[in-house]
Amino acid sequence: METVLISPAKAWFFFIPTWIFSFLIPVAGVAVFTYLIALRLAPLVRAAPDRRFNRIPERLRQVLKIWLGQWRHPRYMLAGVLHIILFAGFLSLSIRSSQMVILGMVDGFVFPGFDSFIGAAYDILRQIMATAVFVVVVVAAIRRGIFKPARYAVPAQYGKDHTVEAVFVLALIGTLMVTEALFDSSLAAAAHQKGMHAEILVPMSLAWIFARMLAATPAESLQTLHLVSYYLHDLTFFFFLCFLPLGKHFHVITSIFNVFFMRLDKGNVKPVRHGVADDKLDDLESFGVKQIDDFTWKHMLDFYSCADCGRCSDNCPANAAGRPLSPRFITIKARDQIFKSYPVYPIGAPFTKSPPLIGGIYSEAEIWSCTTCGACEEECPLGIEYIDKIIDLRRGMVDDGNVPQSLQKPLSAIEKRGNPWGKMEKKRADWAKNKEFAADCEVKLVEAGDTAETLYFVDSITSYDDRMQKIAQATARVLTTAGIDFAILGKEEKDSGHEVRRFGEEMLFQDLRSHNTEMIQESGAKRIVTADPHAFNALRKDYKDIPPTEHISQTILRSIQEGRLRLKPVDSEGKIYTYHDPCYLGRHNGLYEEPRQVLDTISGLRRVEMTRSRDRSFCCGGGGLMLFYEPEEEQRMGVIRVKMAADAGANVIVTACPFCLVNIEDAIKVAGLEGKMEAIDLVELIDQHAER
Amino acid sequence: MEILVCIKRVPDTSENEIALNSAGNDIERDDLVYSVNEWDNYAVEEAIQIVDRVGGSVTVVTVGDDESEEVLRREMAMGANKGLLLADDAFAETDGRGIATILKAAVAKGTYDLILTGALADDGAGQVGGMLAAMLDYPFASVVNKIETVNDKTLKIGREIEGGNQEISEISLPCVLSIQTGINEPRYVGIRGIRKVASVEIPTLAAGDLGLDAAALAPKVKRLDYFVPALGKGAEMLEGSTEEIIAKLLEMLKAKGGLK
Repeated sequence: METVLISPAKAWFFFIPTWIFSFLIPVAGVAVFTYLIALRLAPLVRAAPDRRFNRIPERLRQVLKIWLGQWRHPRYMLAGVLHIILFAGFLSLSIRSSQMVILGMVDGFVFPGFDSFIGAAYDILRQIMATAVFVVVVVAAIRRGIFKPARYAVPAQYGKDHTVEAVFVLALIGTLMVTEALFDSSLAAAAHQKGMHAEILVPMSLAWIFARMLAATPAESLQTLHLVSYYLHDLTFFFFLCFLPLGKHFHVITSIFNVFFMRLDKGNVKPVRHGVADDKLDDLESFGVKQIDDFTWKHMLDFYSCADCGRCSDNCPANAAGRPLSPRFITIKARDQIFKSYPVYPIGAPFTKSPPLIGGIYSEAEIWSCTTCGACEEECPLGIEYIDKIIDLRRGMVDDGNVPQSLQKPLSAIEKRGNPWGKMEKKRADWAKNKEFAADCEVKLVEAGDTAETLYFVDSITSYDDRMQKIAQATARVLTTAGIDFAILGKEEKDSGHEVRRFGEEMLFQDLRSHNTEMIQESGAKRIVTADPHAFNALRKDYKDIPPTEHISQTILRSIQEGRLRLKPVDSEGKIYTYHDPCYLGRHNGLYEEPRQVLDTISGLRRVEMTRSRDRSFCCGGGGLMLFYEPEEEQRMGVIRVKMAADAGANVIVTACPFCLVNIEDAIKVAGLEGKMEAIDLVELIDQHAER
Repeated sequence: MEILVCIKRVPDTSENEIALNSAGNDIERDDLVYSVNEWDNYAVEEAIQIVDRVGGSVTVVTVGDDESEEVLRREMAMGANKGLLLADDAFAETDGRGIATILKAAVAKGTYDLILTGALADDGAGQVGGMLAAMLDYPFASVVNKIETVNDKTLKIGREIEGGNQEISEISLPCVLSIQTGINEPRYVGIRGIRKVASVEIPTLAAGDLGLDAAALAPKVKRLDYFVPALGKGAEMLEGSTEEIIAKLLEMLKAKGGLK
């Protein structure tokens, strides 16, 4: 039987059979790739432990949704859709690519089962996908190289632009698609010329277009093109494989693992060291992350997996406010450091001892700038985490005594007095003793021996801040109106320690936790309610062995649904409300709907949504100790947020967190919107509208 | 360099509401929280930084009672190598000169190249450093805000003088320096640091160990009275909520031309 063209498995190059090249290229490629992967695994083996081999069904679900389903990609529609096509192309073309490699050694090789209709269907699919990938590569290259979306820019302090690497890789992918299509189309064109059976080419596919272009090309040239395109494809394929572990395209390999091992819970904080119980922490030599090898292996895998897409930083409020923090570069700088400490032989000395991170690749201000709002983690399509890393770095700084003076005072006050202002413990319940308030609302005090089913955990800011005490009073009145029997701990309550822990002072947090836990248990309460999302998150995620905790918005909604709380129609004309999601209520605890439902039960209330709402809510500036930190910034996050509310057409910002209220009320003044914009806490609004 | 830093446990002014007791001879001490005197904290940080640069060790010493051990431990958690507690019932009623006498006796028990004190204490009179130097017959410089080690015999020290000018002097060792706040940024002492030194033995010396008798410590300055001064002319206490106070203050500042 006459062959159409000689295949790479049977051809000769001078006196050498080309199958030798077809054999040597993969062997060399796989050998180099294996070496690189071993090199990349080395730091992971030496890293801190992490507990990620648990909850396998949940992890598999994440892989299906976030990796295979590319769930987070369409949050950026154009880039997301382009990526989904590329990703689908990579997955579907992996079979063809493997077949191509073997075709160079075994003429006419097909995978078992592919000699049936499955193979025929696959051939159509792969041609469509290859064409789609090629189109995406062109669009992506134009986008990256000419339009240059802002989020890919590299600010001067973070090094050189990354466009060249991005476009180079797009060129590699394009080359793979083109050479594979040429391999097919040269064969098809030759078959056509000889009137022999040719493979079906999908109209308008790359191979179909090339075959038409090659219709009149002489057979000898087609033969050369057939072989050259094969080996170009082979070389590009293995070059690309070995190029992956050297930069941001490592995610092609690591993403499935990174998503499998990604964090499953929100709002929690990793233990200081996995496998070390709280009561054994004193025995640890060092706390937190001080140099690159102190990170856990999963955190290092995160560094490898970053695709440099910039979505984290695009959503980071600290970055938006001009603070010296860009989560994207937290990752990229760490990856560069690992690559430097574990260099590809023979460049550099292998396994050098890594320098300290603070003062090295990270600055102190960078690490203190984070409000732990979680916007970056919510967005990352690869499941890279940041909060635990920031906290681990802070733990390292606290351990070295490296804490800004502005934070030392409140920390020491919390240690001595249980609140960051250093106010007297005995005044913690003063808001409840205020004569005017106490005249029509009596608050039970655990410190005075009272007991109740429900414990209202007030926390520091709501207990002591003049303005926020109004939230405490409103909460007490609403609870009373709803017929809920409640008490407060009074001077027995200390700061929940939510930010103490997130600012890296773990041992102080544990002292606060054990004190509060004991007090809560002794109070005999069956449930806890709080109006402070930070306390809410601490009690839910950081505390153990205490009654279930709910946020006041949940209590209010249930009371309304059960008919124990009725609301009057809205009493203010011309007001347009918008709800600002507090980070620790929304993103970290998933309470997006409850506060909105509560607002919507007030008849006549006009409510609009800001563009950034729910899981894309924009942090107001941070709570707890963040109020004391003096950041380097161009503008306040709160001001940006208030302008977003104004853009949405609102003139009342409703929030459900005392820290949001502080920041937003300040920001309204700073933005010069006093009189045009106001802020109110949800529970205050409900208090005003409760029928009594 | 062997450095001795004299520290004092004081009621923390930022975390207490200071009120007179009913007898009117002292402040109400029931609900107070204490900490190391702020100036002393800067002195300890400076001593640690000097030792980090040139070697040696830092000893912190305080005159007090058992409760004073807490501030010694805090400064040891910060990085001081040794603690020394000088405690005796005979020390309780003494005055500034008496404290200097006790410290002088403690200095004689060791060999120190440099002795640091805070420039003053929240509840003090800023007198101990100078008196201690005089009793030891050591050179003394006060309100020091910069220390440079020239060699093991000499230091270069700075002082801020009126108008924000800086004065640099040379002083020979051994000497006594009283340290001004702002000389450095004291490091944070976490709960973990304090726990690490919780079981370190701190030697205690009583009057007998120091060769002191009660007569030498008898106060020559005695407190007669303690009171909140009556409002004088031109002084006014603003009352009301924080916002009302701020509004009034702004109004007054504008009226007096302080704000435009």
